Amino acid sequence: MSLVFDAVLCLVLLAGALGVVTTGAARPAVIAFIGYGLLLGLAWVRLAAVDVALTEIAIGSGISGVVLLRCVRALPAEPLTPAPNRMLKPLAAVVSITIAAALAAVVLALPEPAPSRAADVAAALPATDLGNPVTGVLLVFRALDTLLEKVVLLLSLVGVWALSRDPACRGRPAPLSPEPAPAPSAFLARVLAPIGVLVGLYLLWAGADHPGGAFQSGAVLAAMGLLLVMGDQIRTPAAESRGLRLLLLAGPFGFLAVGFAGWATAGVFLGYPPGAEKAVIIAVEVAITVSIAVTLGLIVLGPPAGEERP
Amino acid sequence: MTGALLFGLAGAALVGCGVYGLLTAPGALGRVLGFNILGGGVFLMFGVVARRGAGAGFGADPVPQALVITGIVVAFCATALAVALLVRLCAVQAEAARGGDGDKET
Repeated sequence: MSLVFDAVLCLVLLAGALGVVTTGAARPAVIAFIGYGLLLGLAWVRLAAVDVALTEIAIGSGISGVVLLRCVRALPAEPLTPAPNRMLKPLAAVVSITIAAALAAVVLALPEPAPSRAADVAAALPATDLGNPVTGVLLVFRALDTLLEKVVLLLSLVGVWALSRDPACRGRPAPLSPEPAPAPSAFLARVLAPIGVLVGLYLLWAGADHPGGAFQSGAVLAAMGLLLVMGDQIRTPAAESRGLRLLLLAGPFGFLAVGFAGWATAGVFLGYPPGAEKAVIIAVEVAITVSIAVTLGLIVLGPPAGEERP
Repeated sequence: MTGALLFGLAGAALVGCGVYGLLTAPGALGRVLGFNILGGGVFLMFGVVARRGAGAGFGADPVPQALVITGIVVAFCATALAVALLVRLCAVQAEAARGGDGDKET
């Protein structure tokens, strides 16, 4: 029975992906892509990877979807389509099917028994006081990956801000909509945002022992911030604000400071002080969650529009 | 035939879809979408590796899972930057087109 469900899910997933790549118009393609992301999240649940499912839905489908939809609105209605070579589509289809077939052969030839680090993680996890093995890998065993990924996130925001018309990156990002928010939007923001913030904080707190964690929580908090901006409940923040920049830097640099302190306390870069691992890990998680939430929100809002004229 | 194997084959097919989108998309946004679908397929195949490595009381090997989470965030960063560049490019092109009609003296 569950095999039938998996097969149907795979087929719908493929249909969604084909819909994205074969739809000519931009807006339907993006909407299909959002649906595809949600289905992919369901596939992750079926693969017993709930943390990945949450991340895929929150970031891969949700926040990416908002970024792409904003892009669709900013692009000209009919993109200039150079008449494609008649041979292009069949050739591309042959190349894609060859690649897919080769990968399928690799999947069928995966070694048996499968290699796994699960036993190593299970053996080392008690020392970290964490119950969720994925959080343990992200924040302890592979902490360097997580640190570098925070830096990539920050660099992405720097890249977006660098496209501002104002060379000094001052001012607020352009509002999401030129018109004032309609009443239902404002009402939704007022009702949903407190609940959403609570869900985000819960995901952070529960992430130590259950599925959840800094990314998922940061994405939910960013979404709530955007909801408040869309409902005209808060203004978009000014890019030159010192407090804002401090929030952006708290995660990566706080994590880096803990990493360097690791040399003094544990004798190794990114080591945690023995005895106080859990407290330090939670402090790092809170700092990176705040930075992730603010960075994601600002990436969606786009480059600052320059200094306001009084 | 197990469920994990099925998702592995689906991942391979998604990579094929993504490559097709990258090659045939009429605009840059379509290519960004194709790139994301390609990435989703690669992640799903890695997820199957994680699922096959289940053991020690975990439903799936946590190490590949953590790497996929990192990968999703990095793919988002690349997408966001590409989209921001695209929006700015369109704004510059629109300005150039307007500038061609009139106020060249400014």
